[in-house]
Amino acid sequence: MSYSQPHTRFSLVSNSSLSSADHLSSSNASTSTTRFSLQSAPSINTTLGAQSQPKALPRNAIYDRNLNKTRTSEVSASAFAFLFSEMIQYTQKRVSGIEDLERRLNTLGYRIGTRYLELMSWRTEGASKAPKREIRFLPALMMIHTQLWRAVFGKPADAIERSVENDDEYMLIDNDPQITRHISIPRDMNSLSCSALTAGIVEAVLDGLGFPARVTAHSVPTDAFPARTTILVKLQKEVLEREDALK
Amino acid sequence: MAVYGLWVINKAGGLVYQRNFADGLAQLTSNEYLVIAGTLHGIHAITSRLSPTGASSGARVIEAETFKLTIFLTATGTKFVLLTSLNDHSADSILQKVYEIYADAVMKNPFQTPEMPIRSEGFDVRINTLLGTST
Repeated sequence: MSYSQPHTRFSLVSNSSLSSADHLSSSNASTSTTRFSLQSAPSINTTLGAQSQPKALPRNAIYDRNLNKTRTSEVSASAFAFLFSEMIQYTQKRVSGIEDLERRLNTLGYRIGTRYLELMSWRTEGASKAPKREIRFLPALMMIHTQLWRAVFGKPADAIERSVENDDEYMLIDNDPQITRHISIPRDMNSLSCSALTAGIVEAVLDGLGFPARVTAHSVPTDAFPARTTILVKLQKEVLEREDALK
Repeated sequence: MAVYGLWVINKAGGLVYQRNFADGLAQLTSNEYLVIAGTLHGIHAITSRLSPTGASSGARVIEAETFKLTIFLTATGTKFVLLTSLNDHSADSILQKVYEIYADAVMKNPFQTPEMPIRSEGFDVRINTLLGTST
């Protein structure tokens, strides 16, 4: 009885509304007066014990889903837009300026990026006999440009460029970033780019692959694409030195 | 077949967006627009109580000699008011599209406080594409 009590609570919490409603209604039918008192626990246990024999495992939580099967599943853009909007509002209340806001969005993206790198590596190389990873910078950047963008946004990024003035700067260009589609920056915050979240994702993937860099997002509107955004990657010195040594 | 203007009124009766399109209506000051929108909100509330057959929404179309007002009430109490010429019959579908644009460009914008005046470039640009630029 003491063992099954935590089990009862766990299964009532993790089950979706369907089965917990069944349990509640069955316990209501059997013991109408003890619905809210703790003494109802034994009766819930007995009804639960009778019903849960056929399904002994708790219901499938999101963590139990097969990682490969959910590879192509999509998330509603509207749902994400509302979540992202709330993330920005939450952050805005706690920061002192635009750079701080971008840095916090970058941190949030960083947490997404580390997990995404693991997930992507597992999905592409997890089943192979000789898994490989990129050790030179340009192939890694190409991987981000196509595979990461396709996995996160559904299409590859639009361009890769290399800066002519500094040889440690590279740029990934997206003509119409999906996550900021509905965001209108007010006039007095003109330099803010909410694609700082995307910059954080890229920074985490580069960090995980061994190319530490500082990644920022800048809005570079053109006539054809008013929402065009550049993800600027500024590599750290040791990466450049290592690349030169490996040449 | 002209659209003269678009107003968006929040659930408290305050005007949050106002835009004129084709020429045809008198030009009023912004204060007058605020007062008129508040009055319209009151009229809408009154007409919703006057229904002889029970619960009803408020007035939907108000016709005058040279123009008509179409009011679209959303489930949350926001009102979209379109002022058009008398022979325009597409006001309802236009208001549905405006509602969609509102849901996208205004509600999902983190820099927009709900029920406050709409100062969103995305909303303006999309209304432009839908209804033409303002005069």
